[in-house]
Amino acid sequence: MCALAHYLERKGIATVVIALVHEHAEAIANPRTLSVPFELGRPLGAPDDPAFQLRVLRAALDLLDRPAGPVLEEFPDPAPEPADYDGWACPVSLPRPDAASAGSLERLVADEIARLRPWWDAAKDRRGRTTVGASGYDIEDAARIVSRYADGGEPKDPGPERKLSRSLKLACDDLMAFYTEAATAQPGGAASQDLSDWFWGETAAGRALLALRERAAAEDDKGMQLIGNLLILPRSQAHRART
Amino acid sequence: MTRYADMPESVARHLARLPLPEMEGGAFVLGPPLSERRVAVVSSAGLGRRGDHPFGPGAVDYRVLPADADANDIVMSHISVNYDRTGFQQDLNIVYPVERLNEMAASGEIGGVAAHHYSFMGASDPAPMQPFAEDVAAAMQAEGVDTALLVPV
Repeated sequence: MCALAHYLERKGIATVVIALVHEHAEAIANPRTLSVPFELGRPLGAPDDPAFQLRVLRAALDLLDRPAGPVLEEFPDPAPEPADYDGWACPVSLPRPDAASAGSLERLVADEIARLRPWWDAAKDRRGRTTVGASGYDIEDAARIVSRYADGGEPKDPGPERKLSRSLKLACDDLMAFYTEAATAQPGGAASQDLSDWFWGETAAGRALLALRERAAAEDDKGMQLIGNLLILPRSQAHRART
Repeated sequence: MTRYADMPESVARHLARLPLPEMEGGAFVLGPPLSERRVAVVSSAGLGRRGDHPFGPGAVDYRVLPADADANDIVMSHISVNYDRTGFQQDLNIVYPVERLNEMAASGEIGGVAAHHYSFMGASDPAPMQPFAEDVAAAMQAEGVDTALLVPV
């Protein structure tokens, strides 16, 4: 991110960078940087809080009137928690997947999707959008390709021409997005760690992704090894990995 | 969560090991007052329009995001799983604040908002991004944009 500012500035475009990793911002010394104390993935601080987002934007854009640089300033306030935050619970009580027998993930994940879909629909209606779909699959196909591979089968890729590792990675991302969009359908805040713990610890889809990453990491194909070792399981959930 | 000390240890360790480009003798472009600037967003969140070619490992190119694209048309294909996506799922503006920029333009705080915005994927080596970034700069200048707001994830 930070190098892009230098490239643009050399070509005559004035830049201001919002930085989430303070040490990186210090090291690269862009012309103008606002360092913000927010969670990775949330550069404007808080979702559905336009007033706070505007404060962050103004603090960043105000750096443009400085006569010389590099300028590195820190935004002073942490992101506010939602006013009505009192813990989060998934609107659907899914059965614990612990007792699932091997080879049955495809059915379990399909069942979960059926239970979550009304809430995913509600979330989509309320927000006017969904982030599911970067893979190009509908969610049932995404679930099928992921869980068949996780179950030990050889999934037939229903999507566009590309490597299976790319298809699996994109399908995994869509599956996670579907689950967390459904799980946050009701108004009120949810901490990202709570949602991550729920997905990886309490859903069959989480189990499917754990099985997928384990199998992929052991493949000979470099692309499969990459997704298995790095691109499925967040570091914050690494304790759930068996290998 | 902005300093290594505030992050989970595994995330901080990873970030501290990343090689950072050396940027000697950086340019510093001056410009008009904020109220006269035309602003574009450059995201590194791996954003694209639904149906665009998704970003993959090592991608150094970018996607064009028309300012009038419907919010439902914007999806994310960043390869990293080590940052929060649930904020983006709830509110596009948390990573791509075009609505907020439009509000600032409507109130006269900024001069205007670009007709096109851009997204790279921040996980890749930045050096090969340079020619793509220069193409973006040229496209900005062609439509009268003088200022870029760079937004990471």
